[in-house]
Amino acid sequence: MAGPVPGHDVFRASHFRASHAIQSPRDGGAGGGVSYFLIQTLNGVQYGFLLFLVASGLTLIFGIMGVINLAHGAFYMVGAYLAWWLAERTGSLFLAVVLALPVTVLLGLAIERFGIRFLYDRDHMYQVLFTYGLILVLNEAQRVLFGNDVHGVQAPQWLAGTIPLSEAQTYPVYRLFISVACVGVAGALYLLIQRTRLGMVIRAGSTHREMVAALGFDIARLFMAVFGLGAALAAFAGMVASPVSTVYPGMGDNILILSFVVVVIGGIGSIKGAFAGAMLVGVADTFGRVLLPTGAGVTVYAVMALVLLWRPQGLFGRTL
Amino acid sequence: MPRYSRASLALIAGGILLLALFPLWGDTFYIRFFSRIMIYALFAMSLDLLVGYAGLVSLGHAAFFGVGAYAVAGLVNKAGITELWVVLPVALLSAAALSAAIGWISIRTAGVYFIMITLALAQMAYYFFNDQLYWGGTDGMNIAQRPTLGLGDVALIDLNNRVQFYYVTLACLAGVFALLSVILRSPFGRALVGIRANEGRMRALGYDVQTYKLIAFVVAGTLAGLAGFLEATRSTFATPAYLGWHESGHVLMIVILGGMGTLFGPVIGAFVLLLMEDFFATLTDRWLLIEGLFVMAVALLMPQGIAGLPRRIAALTAARRENGDG
Repeated sequence: MAGPVPGHDVFRASHFRASHAIQSPRDGGAGGGVSYFLIQTLNGVQYGFLLFLVASGLTLIFGIMGVINLAHGAFYMVGAYLAWWLAERTGSLFLAVVLALPVTVLLGLAIERFGIRFLYDRDHMYQVLFTYGLILVLNEAQRVLFGNDVHGVQAPQWLAGTIPLSEAQTYPVYRLFISVACVGVAGALYLLIQRTRLGMVIRAGSTHREMVAALGFDIARLFMAVFGLGAALAAFAGMVASPVSTVYPGMGDNILILSFVVVVIGGIGSIKGAFAGAMLVGVADTFGRVLLPTGAGVTVYAVMALVLLWRPQGLFGRTL
Repeated sequence: MPRYSRASLALIAGGILLLALFPLWGDTFYIRFFSRIMIYALFAMSLDLLVGYAGLVSLGHAAFFGVGAYAVAGLVNKAGITELWVVLPVALLSAAALSAAIGWISIRTAGVYFIMITLALAQMAYYFFNDQLYWGGTDGMNIAQRPTLGLGDVALIDLNNRVQFYYVTLACLAGVFALLSVILRSPFGRALVGIRANEGRMRALGYDVQTYKLIAFVVAGTLAGLAGFLEATRSTFATPAYLGWHESGHVLMIVILGGMGTLFGPVIGAFVLLLMEDFFATLTDRWLLIEGLFVMAVALLMPQGIAGLPRRIAALTAARRENGDG
């Protein structure tokens, strides 16, 4: 490939992984017993929640619209950059999230309306190609607008503390907050899909598209809304993760691949599966990093391969 | 499927002739550049066997390309072996072994699962080279010396000579073209196309569909390894980026742009895309922005690629004529 490729430099360095580990409080010394184990578990679960937010959007978009969206990780990056940029200006991450969320929803809606919409009936390959091009554009746009630097984001003051776990070990409050925020969003998502009229139509539309259209629902609008929702979920994950992961070019690429692994493990189109897969991947990745430092990049994929040998359609997938 | 008419045979022969004559007037930069384009054409052709004929959309094809390249780096740098007759088979076998392993897992699935799983497993191979300092880590490896082919002290082919390397690459490209043409005309190739068209029916006819898919996957992977061998020899460099998913997306782009399901489509696609990238890069540092927009436009507007344009235009004019008559 000629010349530099967006994200490659950082993608190689796998920043997220690195900072994910650096921020992990393991000062108490390796093998520090129960509390060390507890910290790693908490880290794994927190990472899993984050992956769930990204992967749930991916699996929703696929399950309902039948679209494979490679640019989903780019939405995560957009969210993180918006959060950083707005937080610098407003001085508050909270305010930044409130301001940035509508922007990411609009971005998702626009991409659906002027691109994805024309690819529903085509082979998945064209969706892959289109969203691959979209990654190039979004990654490059990020470089034009914000440059190549890595930026840190301040967690809100009231979440900046740590919780002591033992004499030597502490756990950052913000990491707990990420888990709580993700649980909140996951719960809201569950209620939206299982308990509201819109959710009912979405569920029906995923299996009986023509029937739903025949009953008078505007499928095009519905799909647009789902895509916007998916984009917002990924972007939100990027926003809440930004104080822990830092903000850097190409940060969406790594999370995209892991989200794919999550979705494949859980079964494509299944939110429940995305949750199980995200927890499995989050914990496997964290412990792989601790127990097998040289082969860390490989653990997650090994887990995926094992699950697939056992159940090719994923844990909660419909039979192929 | 490819049973060529006289006209297309003439075009193919003409194309090969043009490429063969090119070093007579091309300057050295373009001789090297065209070698690279032909390597990517070969790489894309191998992917086309999966995408265009077997209906298996792999987004992890770069893994085999990269392993072919690392096989050269490993043998030359770590073992000090430079004989071509050792290096080339090892590169091909490594790619074959990896594609057999990845294929064995992935062909149990289909459709989007297949896309995601090939992508994820290729990333696993990417991290294997990226995370290990033995393989140079993120920086990759400079290959100390190009493979040599000689009898005693007499060099039969000197791959350091860029014109000789150009002809070796051209010979490989033409050879793979011929090989794939033969494969696709054989009962095996017909069965592959049949599987893409209607897998259930082929199974009902008693074909062992999974084995056919796996063989196609390994053949394609091995040929991608050949491309990786050539690229590592050309650039004397092996980097994890060769295995990365940007590379897999890039080669898929070449296949679709050129026109999948034809063997010359990937060649056209490689020439058009790489020359265009070169041109964009002279215009602006932000050429990836232009390329991204171009890729999106191709996905939306040119489902049949360049090779399909004549047919598309013919269909459009026919439709217009019909409208005019009615």
